[in-house]
Amino acid sequence: MANEVKIALAGEGGQGVQSVAEIITEAANEEGKEALYIPNFGVEQRGGVSIAFVQIAEKQKIGSPKFEKADIVIALSDRAVLRSRQYVDERTVFVYDKSIQGVEDDLPKNAKQVLAIPAIEVAKNELHPRVFNIVIMGAVLHATRVVSEEQAKQALENKLGYKFEQNPELREMNHKALARGMELVAGLAQG
Amino acid sequence: MSECMEVTATTLLEPKMPRSWRRASKPHKFCPGCGHGDVLKALGTAIDDLGIQDRVVFGCDIGCSLLAWDFFECDTVQAHHGRTTPVITGIKRARPDRICIAYMGDGGGYAIGAQHLVNAATRNERITVILANNTNYAMTGGQMAPTTLPGQKTETCPYGRDIEAMGNPTLGPEMVAAITKENAYVARGTMANMRQLTTMLKKALQNQIDGRGFSFVEALASCPTNWRMNAKSTWDFVEKEMPNYFKVGELKVPAPKEG
Amino acid sequence: MTDQTINQQKPVQGEKRMFMTGNEVIAYAALAAGAEMMCGYPITPQNEIMHYWTRLAPKYERRFLQTEDELSAGFSTLGGVLAGRRAFTATAGPGNVLMQEPLSMAEMMRIPIVLIVQQRGGPSTATVIYSQQEVTLTCYGGNGEGARIVYSPSNHQELYDYTLKAFNTAWTYRFPTFILGDGYQAKMRESLTIYDPAVRGVQMVPTEPIIGGPGAPGTEREAVHLRNTFNTEEELYEIITAMMGEYDRIAPSIVEHEAIQTDDAEILILSHGVVSRATAAAVRELREAGIKVGSFRPITLRPFPVEALRNALKPVKKMLIVESAQGQLAKLCKEAIYGETTPIEYIFKPGVGVTAEEVVAKVKAMA
Ligand SMILES: Cc1ncc(C[n+]2csc(CCOP(=O)(O)OP(=O)(O)O)c2C)c(N)n1
Ligand code: SF4
Repeated sequence: MANEVKIALAGEGGQGVQSVAEIITEAANEEGKEALYIPNFGVEQRGGVSIAFVQIAEKQKIGSPKFEKADIVIALSDRAVLRSRQYVDERTVFVYDKSIQGVEDDLPKNAKQVLAIPAIEVAKNELHPRVFNIVIMGAVLHATRVVSEEQAKQALENKLGYKFEQNPELREMNHKALARGMELVAGLAQG
Repeated sequence: MSECMEVTATTLLEPKMPRSWRRASKPHKFCPGCGHGDVLKALGTAIDDLGIQDRVVFGCDIGCSLLAWDFFECDTVQAHHGRTTPVITGIKRARPDRICIAYMGDGGGYAIGAQHLVNAATRNERITVILANNTNYAMTGGQMAPTTLPGQKTETCPYGRDIEAMGNPTLGPEMVAAITKENAYVARGTMANMRQLTTMLKKALQNQIDGRGFSFVEALASCPTNWRMNAKSTWDFVEKEMPNYFKVGELKVPAPKEG
Repeated sequence: MTDQTINQQKPVQGEKRMFMTGNEVIAYAALAAGAEMMCGYPITPQNEIMHYWTRLAPKYERRFLQTEDELSAGFSTLGGVLAGRRAFTATAGPGNVLMQEPLSMAEMMRIPIVLIVQQRGGPSTATVIYSQQEVTLTCYGGNGEGARIVYSPSNHQELYDYTLKAFNTAWTYRFPTFILGDGYQAKMRESLTIYDPAVRGVQMVPTEPIIGGPGAPGTEREAVHLRNTFNTEEELYEIITAMMGEYDRIAPSIVEHEAIQTDDAEILILSHGVVSRATAAAVRELREAGIKVGSFRPITLRPFPVEALRNALKPVKKMLIVESAQGQLAKLCKEAIYGETTPIEYIFKPGVGVTAEEVVAKVKAMA
């Protein structure tokens, strides 16, 4: 990790992109890195695409809270694809969910790489729809290496530990989701 | 599916949409299950029934009511938080032939805009003020409002509204009824009784059309998002809890016109 | 009233690295500063200051009042300050407009109120998100001469440090004091160290009742008679002249700025607040590319660091002023450097953020 890594996560309200951003940046902070996260917000309480702007650096203080172009953009719905492609340039890895229909023509043409991952499907069929955002988190972590898997697990523990205590299976499912998310990107990067 | 959700769902169906609604701005921008949509449906029906769409000037406040800035196929002005009543008063005084409506939330009407409501009512302005009471400041994320019920938790009374420290919830129509002349129309309706609410709004508008006096309707309305309630508890709160404190009915009805 | 047990310990103990939003930072800083009272009215993007305060304050026997609007919030806060409490309020945008009436009284009557502003888009209701469009309003709002002190922090550490400092500045000099933040700083999360001021040797300036203090008026002490109205032009003239004379005298001990690589800078970038994060990053990158560029940031916008800016300007051939407004910082700067002939270029982006990339591109075009 040379300079800072810039990540834009975009999805529908309820898909959990803001909590992914929060967990990742908290984990990075715990590792002693510099992290900055800002959500988009507006007048409407609901609706609209939710975007999280995340930046993580080894030591250097982060510059402006929002950025023009990201190293990695994750789009989790058709509207999110449209809203987030403005953050793409030739250095950007653009990741979107395979299940999004009819966006082929809207995908950014200038990206370094465009990856379709079956995160929604994996969460639904192999795990539980509830851990969809943790699958996404795994994908982000593998693509950016901004924090270690251990630290990510610790951050999950900090956030959801009280729930894990009541239901240890939940912990296992979250860990599996994280691992599956990482695999999804690893598979594509090799292939 | 609960009744509450059905009301909202049918609201979106073409055939049931009041004529005065602007089709291009539907589906509307309120959250699913929000009371604003229902109150504005009753208002749309009242405007249709009275045949006044071409004469209406609609003013919306800042609060979730601001999302209604392009709601009707009527000339509309979005004012500042709390200031819709004086803006609409000015328009009415300048153009008495228009039917001027001020639409706001309980924060806009009873907190920051309370002085305007009191003074417009006292002067018997020939305008119609409609206020959606959802017991919180919704647009800003669920803080305490003048109408927050005793013990109710919000973002700025996280331990529940303490009436020793914060007083009782505002009874708006009761207050307006007490300070207006006899030819004012004052009522409290609820989204839980759409027919009654529509009738109240028609009477309120008719009073302005007749040039008689100030008219004011508060409507009990839901805010499932900030109440953090599902459809069923939202509906229970509107139908059972709110009317315990906020009595639904007419508080002031002008005597029938002579002649 | 609440199920909250009173915590006898200090709300912030020792030092602690935290990762939090700017609104949270301010609530903690106010607690650590020993603020005793907040009056406020909801407005985005400052709401969470109140949310955190209402959760924490009762545990430490601090007061909160949600008023019916900002006029009332501002005037109630003035009441609290007059009664001798370290009291503050927070607002934004249209709320800041309304706050100018109480703040005008605070100027005239030298009431040490602290006001946190989280700038949002303007004019009118505009956006709830971000801008730097409340500079003129915050520095010179009201029907007076701008007898106030305005700090413009640029990161969470400064948000904490200067919120503590604002209470001390206000109570030392008895001029209303502002923290001018913005929606980005309010809502973003980053790291900082929060601390008990005592462990860093920071003494909180004691407060005292300005009105309603101990002793029977007329017998044990003079009765206090405060006013803001005067009969004659001459009377007012004398008061304002004395007040502004004092303001000018204390200004050198209040002004603060940050200069980055200005010693040999041929191009000087001027910015303040959150935008200077972008300019600092731009300076790093441009220096690597061999361009002699520096950055100057007023930390106090009022009083303005006039001397420091004039000094920084000495080697400079060109200036660039960057702000998320249409020239509000530029006005302050141009007044400060009156008489200089350095050519100035601008990046004005009212209501939106500025990135390092934009600044780099602009400076490269200028170089
Ligand atoms: C002068 C001013 N102060 C505060 C605000 C922020 N603000 C926007 S909407 C609102 C309250 C909304 O509550 P309410 O009027 O009850 O309407 P609701 O959203 O609940 O429908 C506030 C405080 C503002 N826009 N202007
Ligand atoms: S926040 Fe509440 S009042 Fe506002 S649109 Fe949503 S449900 Fe309606």
